[in-house]
Amino acid sequence: MDFAVNILALGVPFSVALLIASLGEMFNQRAGVFNLGCEGIMAMGAFLGFLAPFLVGRGGPTAEIWNYAGILMAMAAGALMGIFFGLAVVTFRAPQGIAGIGLQMFGVGVAGTFFRHFVGGTQSIPGIPAMPIPLLSKIPVLGPILFSHNPLVYVAFLLPPAAWYVLFKTPWGLRVRASGANPRAADSIGVKVNLVRFQALAVGGALAGLAGAYLSLCQAKMFSDEIIAGRGFIAVALVYFGHWRPLKITGGALLFSLAQALQLAIQGRGINFPYEFAVMLPYVLVIVVLAFSRENLLLGPTALGRPFNREIRT
Amino acid sequence: MPQEIVNRISSLRMEGITKRFPGTLACDDISLSVGEGEILALVGENGAGKTTLMNILMGLYRPDEGRILINGSEVVFRSPNDAFAAGLGMVHQQYMLVANMTVLENIALGYKRAWSPLRVDLEMVRARIGEVADRYGLSVDPDAFVWQLSIGEQQRVELVKTLCLGARFLILDEPTSALTPQETDELIDLLKRMRSELSIIFISHKLHEVKNLSDRVVILRRGSVAFEGSTSEHSPGEIAALMTGREVVLPKNEAPCCEGCEALAIRGLKVRSDRGFLAVDGLDLSICSGEIVGLAGVSGNGQRELAEAINGLRSVEEGEILFFGRDIANLKPGEVIAEGMGYIPEERNTEGIVPPFSMKENFILKDSGDPHYASRSFLRLKEIDRNADRLREEFDIRSPDTRVAAGSLSGGNIQKVILARELSRAPRFLVAVYPTRGLDMGAAEFIHKRLLEKRAEGMGILLVSEELEEVLDLSDRIAVIFKGRIIDTLDRDSADSRKLGVLMAGVKESGDEAV
Repeated sequence: MDFAVNILALGVPFSVALLIASLGEMFNQRAGVFNLGCEGIMAMGAFLGFLAPFLVGRGGPTAEIWNYAGILMAMAAGALMGIFFGLAVVTFRAPQGIAGIGLQMFGVGVAGTFFRHFVGGTQSIPGIPAMPIPLLSKIPVLGPILFSHNPLVYVAFLLPPAAWYVLFKTPWGLRVRASGANPRAADSIGVKVNLVRFQALAVGGALAGLAGAYLSLCQAKMFSDEIIAGRGFIAVALVYFGHWRPLKITGGALLFSLAQALQLAIQGRGINFPYEFAVMLPYVLVIVVLAFSRENLLLGPTALGRPFNREIRT
Repeated sequence: MPQEIVNRISSLRMEGITKRFPGTLACDDISLSVGEGEILALVGENGAGKTTLMNILMGLYRPDEGRILINGSEVVFRSPNDAFAAGLGMVHQQYMLVANMTVLENIALGYKRAWSPLRVDLEMVRARIGEVADRYGLSVDPDAFVWQLSIGEQQRVELVKTLCLGARFLILDEPTSALTPQETDELIDLLKRMRSELSIIFISHKLHEVKNLSDRVVILRRGSVAFEGSTSEHSPGEIAALMTGREVVLPKNEAPCCEGCEALAIRGLKVRSDRGFLAVDGLDLSICSGEIVGLAGVSGNGQRELAEAINGLRSVEEGEILFFGRDIANLKPGEVIAEGMGYIPEERNTEGIVPPFSMKENFILKDSGDPHYASRSFLRLKEIDRNADRLREEFDIRSPDTRVAAGSLSGGNIQKVILARELSRAPRFLVAVYPTRGLDMGAAEFIHKRLLEKRAEGMGILLVSEELEEVLDLSDRIAVIFKGRIIDTLDRDSADSRKLGVLMAGVKESGDEAV
């Protein structure tokens, strides 16, 4: 029982970075652009989120405000990187896969270089502390699993319903979905497809930046070159797994994180099991699940990956 | 009530419109005008510039030269929004609907009055749809997803959408090309009713519709106006001649039925579609050598799946396909080809050719390993060139040479490349799926002649088509497919377009709905 509670209590905060990043990626893909550079934006977000409190406190305690300044910087930089990506793939119609890999390398590389320049070696920060919710966190079992985390975890779990509402109930969501599913139809009815795609990329980028800042400020409380560890790519995979639906994506993020928590727990308990395989477990799980989740082409963004140009006749 | 926001359009003029695309002059100094309550038919062959001209009118393309005048004053449309605001609306040839959204959402996408930053007022859109539906007698289900609707229903949604957005001037781009004859009649009746309130530009190349509906006709040829006049003063034959610039007489199959042996016999065939349901569901069909059997039906009733199953491109769940006595169900495509099957696929650009390959390479796609074209793993280039030159000549393919990428050719020429490849391999049987879809009359005439020649030489042909005239002209027998089954087979002499239209809608002569 304790073992299970531990895994769940560990898995929930693990899922947050994935959840935020994949909801951002979902907006990108719903508008018709897949951004493989998510990993790079997360790396920049992680670095900038770390940088603000570090510069002020030099590793020591700082006022809370600097943590949140770091988050804002990470989101702004993420949005900018999203727009920059849009310039390449929307305006200049570069192939999205290649441009995305370029953005990933750019983000990871720049974050690492700046880190060595401004910080130097491994340094930790106090980060954002946990904020157990009074009373609720005392409930047995549910308390530690759901109500004993840092504030960003609670915010992250408000995001899926918010994303669902935006996507399905607002005019902007309608435009995003139409631009990703049938840009020609959207265009014919007066939607500015490429503008919508830029907007979605900015939103997606800001969320990826936030996801990165969560990792450095709340989870690791430090920055290193490997801090993202492929989560950006997992986020992209989760969007497919979740069929571009916020609630299913949340399920995917939780599933993956619980597998990761399980793997840590197995190692921690010293169960006689080769740890290399344990580390592999969550990734293998993603591949297996993706292989078995059949894509329903009718529900998703059918023009995903295709640049839109009104005057190219087909 | 949000209504009548748009001012009346008492006249619309396009003057000197010119539009160039890389390598082509799509519109060359075109002028036309439409008055209030008038129906103007815009006709011309494919590539004559009709659609481009209308896209300019809707603000989708910017003209290189020329101007548009509404009620005598010049307007400039930078985007479709400007055109909607002026009261124009267009139903495009390929319906502009988002398949994975509901009808309601599709209309809400353009209905800005129902938008507030945080919410779309779907109830307001629903009310507006109801209002338009009542007024014009166009019923649609607002909560259905577009992908669930038939082509005819989708068109109705397009019309409702356009009217909801306040159009006083309708542009219809080949509205009847995908409809059954009954749906076509309904549409024409509807448009006739609407003319009291709206002006309409109607693009078509079905001349009897033009004759039936329009007041005036403008004929475009190669991007410029070839003729303009009142419809009632000209016969369909005259209009056809003006359209193509010469007399075109589509050939007819008038030879007596020849008594060949049974070439293809399909029994109890069941095949699944991409979406997993049985698209061909217990189909029986038999075709003899030296016979053309036309398979008529509204597209989407299992034609594609049937053709693919015969050619080994789709697995057969049940039943047999006897080809000169041998069951070819579930053979690999290569084995079916080796049995002597020829195939003109539905999608000529993606299934019929490899677009970036040169024309001569496309000619030998099925024979690249044949000793005639390859020796010891090397291609025999001279032989390939000789073959290509011969076929280009024989099939009258218009291209600078045989090295051009096949994908750069026009639709008619691509179809001739496919036809040349298939027929030159001297197959024992041919499956031709929509062989003339979207082609102009000149190219269609050529293809029809070739098919009839091959029939006379004793080849059996399965002709899948949704053009009733094509089926009636060429076939010895006509089988009508509905929901994956042949609901009836008629002889050429006993078939006419009315009977076929009724069958295509799934109704047997006795009046029963077929299941």
